[in-house]
This record gives sequence, C-alpha cells and structure tokens, in this order.
Amino acid sequence: MPVETRQLKSVPAASQTRPVYQIARLSKTYARNQLVALSDVHLTINKGEFVSVVGSSGCGKSTLLKIMAGLMPPTTGRVVLEGEPVVGPRRDIGMMFQQATLLPWKTTIENILLPIEMRDGRAAARDARDRAMDLLTLVGLGDFANVYPGELSGGMAQRASICRMLVSDPAMLLLDEPFSALDELTRDFMNMELQRICSERHATAFLVTHSLAEAVFLSDRILVMKARPGRIVEDIRIDLPRPRTLEMINTPEFGEIVAHIRDLLGREAYS
Amino acid sequence: MTDATQQDTDTDADTIWVEHEALIDRIPRWVAMTLLFIVVVGIWDLATRLEWVSRIILPTPGETLDDLIFVGRNLASGGYMLEALWTTTRTVFYAFAIAIGIGFSLGVLVGETKFGERAVMPYLVAIDTMPKVAFAPLFIAWLGFDIASKVALAAFIATFPIVVATAAGLYAASENERMLFKSIGATRMQTLVRLKLPNGLPYIFTGLKIAAVGVMAGAITGEFLGGGSGFGALIRQSASQLDTPRVFSLILYLSLLGLALYFMVVFLQRRLVFWNKSQTPGGIG
Ligand SMILES: Nc1ncnc2c1ncn2[C@@H]1O[C@H](COP(=O)(O)OP(=O)(O)OP(=O)(O)O)[C@@H](O)[C@H]1O
Ligand SMILES: [Mg+2]
Repeated sequence: MPVETRQLKSVPAASQTRPVYQIARLSKTYARNQLVALSDVHLTINKGEFVSVVGSSGCGKSTLLKIMAGLMPPTTGRVVLEGEPVVGPRRDIGMMFQQATLLPWKTTIENILLPIEMRDGRAAARDARDRAMDLLTLVGLGDFANVYPGELSGGMAQRASICRMLVSDPAMLLLDEPFSALDELTRDFMNMELQRICSERHATAFLVTHSLAEAVFLSDRILVMKARPGRIVEDIRIDLPRPRTLEMINTPEFGEIVAHIRDLLGREAYS
Repeated sequence: MTDATQQDTDTDADTIWVEHEALIDRIPRWVAMTLLFIVVVGIWDLATRLEWVSRIILPTPGETLDDLIFVGRNLASGGYMLEALWTTTRTVFYAFAIAIGIGFSLGVLVGETKFGERAVMPYLVAIDTMPKVAFAPLFIAWLGFDIASKVALAAFIATFPIVVATAAGLYAASENERMLFKSIGATRMQTLVRLKLPNGLPYIFTGLKIAAVGVMAGAITGEFLGGGSGFGALIRQSASQLDTPRVFSLILYLSLLGLALYFMVVFLQRRLVFWNKSQTPGGIG
C-alpha cells in the first residue's frame, strides 16, 4: 500500500527532479527471532532531496537504513540506487551510525581517513589528509586531529564520525540519529552545516531522528513510521523556503508543522 | 574552587574536601615490598632456628643466601650452571616462539573461519582438557633426551592458551565496528587485519602471559623427566642429594628467567596496546 504524499500547503510539485533511490515491497524479518522489522515499505527519494524518518523506538528505522546502505539483505523487495540494485556496501553511499564507533588505536584524523584507506590504500589516504583536516576544522575539531578517541567526548566523537562519512564525498548520505549525543547549540550548528553541505554538494540525504524540530528544519519530506510491523504511514512534505535559518524555528509556521507531526505520532502511538 | 556558589561561604576556598586514605593504602610500593619480605624471611628464620622443621627439609635463610652467592658466582664465571641455564633459556624461547606461531595460526583459523570454529575447536578443547604433562614420555620417545623433546612439551603446553585467546580476541569486535567496516567497503582480510586483530590484542596478550608461565613449567617438567643438561636436571640432581639450599637457589635463579619472559610480554603489550591501559593490581600484567 503506497503512502500518499500529504501536502501541508499547496505548492508547485518539485520540478526537474529524478528519483535516485527506489524502494519497493521491502520487508525484513529477522531470522533469529522471527521478528517482522519492516513490512511492505515503498519509498522513492529524489535527487537532492532531504528526507527524514521519525517514529517510535524499535519501529525499524535503523533496519531500513541498514538495508538501504547494503549492509544487510532484505527478506523481500528491492532497493535501487541510481538505477542499480543495492546488493552490498557502495562507494556512493556515506553512512553514519547511531554510535560514533571510532577505533581507539587510531588518531582522530586516521579514523576519518579510514574509508579512503580501505578502498584506495594508504597513499590515497595521505593525499586526502588536507581535506580531512578541513572537515575537522569545519566541525570544530581542528585541534584534536592527532588525539586518540579516548580523549574525545561523546559529542566530539560523533562530529568526527560525520567527517569520516563526508571524506569520501558520497552523493547519498544515510544518517542514523547522528546528532543525538550533541548539546542543543552544537546540534543547531551541525544542522546548519549539514544543510549547507547537502546543498553545496547536491547530496541526497536520508536522516533518522527523534527530534521533530530537527526533522522539520532539515527536511523536504518527513516519513512517519509505525511499529510492529515497521512501515511508513505518512509522507509529509515540508515547504519552508530554503535555505532554512535558525530564526525560522521560532516562527508560528514552523511550530505548526512540528505540532502537526507530533499529533500524528501521538495518534499512531495511542491508536 | 572559584565557583559562583562559593560567594556566601567564608571557609578557606582552596581545600573543601580531601579524600583520606587509610594508612595501609598509603605505603609506597618499595616500602610495602620490603616490609613483606622482612616478615616472611623472619618467620622462615624463626622456623629453622627453633627447629620447627628439620634443617634437611628447610635450610636457614643464611645457608640459602650463601648458596645463592655460590651459584651466582658459578653463573657469573661461566661455569657449568651457566651452561645449564643457557640450555633451559634456549628451550623456553624456542618453545615460546613455536607456541606463538602455531597458537596464533590456529587461533585465527578458529576465530575467523566457520570451519575452524566447527571442526578444529572441539578437538582443541578435547586435547586441552587432558593433563598435557602426560604426553612427556611420548615426546621423549619420539625426540630423544636432547633439547627437542623439552621444547616440544613446553610448546605443546603453551599453545592452547594462545589459541583460545586469539580466537576470543577476534570475536571481540563489536557489531557496530563490523558494520562500520562493512559500510566502508573493507574486505574480509582488511577487517581481520585492521579491525579484529588490533581489537583482540588485549585478549591475545592475556593468552601470551598464561603461555609464558606454561612454557616455563613445560620446559622444567621436560628436564625433570627427560634428563639432559638444563636447569631442571640440576634441580632434580640436587634434590636427590638432599641439597635443599641448592634447590632453593636454583629455583630463585630460574624464576628470574620466568620473570624476564613475562615482562618481555608485558613490555610488548604496553607498546602495542597503548590505548587500553588494563587495570591490573600493581600495574604488572
Ligand atoms: N540484529 C537483530 N536481530 C533481531 N532483531 C533485531 C535486530 N536488530 C533489530 N531488531 C529488532 O527489529 C526492530 C527494529 O529495530 P531497529 O533497530 O530498526 O529500530 P529503530 O527504529 O532504529 O529504533 P531506535 O529508534 O531505538 O534506534 C526492533 O524490534 C528490534 O528488536
Ligand atoms: Mg535505531
């Protein structure tokens, strides 16, 4: 059952876009416990779009993300990215996990260069050092490049893992609650940066978040998921003008959208 | 404290709360070690002076010290004891090297492949539960009374802890770390070498320390049973002549070899596993 896109306001349909991600009839049952984590998910994401997913804990958001990233196979259904089925991890996908997961025996900058080192070797990683350094400076970790992760706070580690995702310049970003460990001010800042990075690189992004404000602030579309079995029940278009600014968060319009989604989520939870 | 909450108190702002350690926790290490040494030697001295036990069974600390000096002189002057120590040292190092080679390879096989886990591990567990010293006569029959049979026994004993530790170490990488490596396109080999092995090093070193102790025990047992020219043979010889001071001092010098081996492993661990300062009593091990 494909979900209809609900328009909060009538605006011209997104023009000159083409689909990059096409997901159809996707379902996932974990063999270990016969748990139906996803059932019949249909989803199309267009080039340059920023899509967020919200939903209660355990409703299958991370599962969906991992399947989209080619980290595990779906039970049924297909995932197509840029016309090619996703059958494993891909270079054009940048993934950021719920946990920062930095290797404790590598310095921050070595951790960030890890994807390049794995795919293209040490020489390529050395050549990318300047770019990694720029990224670190961007997220405010310039002074911590040569420090081991044991000396980073949780939020700093998460910022470092954002750099690790960005260093190989992926066209598709998959983010699993990337900013949940950050304080609110840093989080606002990171959201602004993420918006800027996405629009600069024309990257397409898919974000799992528990913060409705963050979802509304960043997204062109917000998907609402429901648990047991995990499925998408709402697809909401956010038509706030871009670039979004932090001041917009305080406008009544913004508040209305957040309230609307909260209402939807609440109804899902108690129905 | 230069905190805003301090403004309405008039106490000395520098020392608010000092943790007081009990006296027994405040003794520096060298004082504590010396104290314990004096107490133990004192009781030992008393036991021999008051003849709680016969002199033949337990020599006095003085006699032992004299013999320690004698053996030390013999070692220093390159006498027959140095040759014996050198034999045992070689045995121990050969055996340790062989145990590391075989143990590590089997550990990777067991920890990294399903075949190793399913087929090799059950047999390893079965052999490991046997009293391995019982194989000594077999090794002597196969390899003779020379150093080779002792090396074989010592290596045999020391291999198992390394296998188990290596396999456990490879298992220890978390689901998140594996997912990360998968997502950045790491091959199986890369995941093994760049993630699982470094991540498993703390485990592997724990296994190496157990193996270092095992290799000493194996070498000496082999020399007890298979004769030859090692330190173990010297000890057995002295014991059969009821020369207990000699037995004591030989054991003490032997323990230096064991300590050297152990601390070589600890030193390597400190260098290689710098990110994981394991919390062990006394910071040794
Ligand atoms: N490896 C696994 N094996 C078995 N069941 C799993 C596994 N991973 C997740 N699940 C189950 O699948 C369901 C969805 O999990 P998932 O991690 O996708 O949730 P989520 O929406 O990301 O939750 P959260 O917001 O808490 O991160 C949960 O009920 C969980 O118990
Ligand atoms: Mg999740």
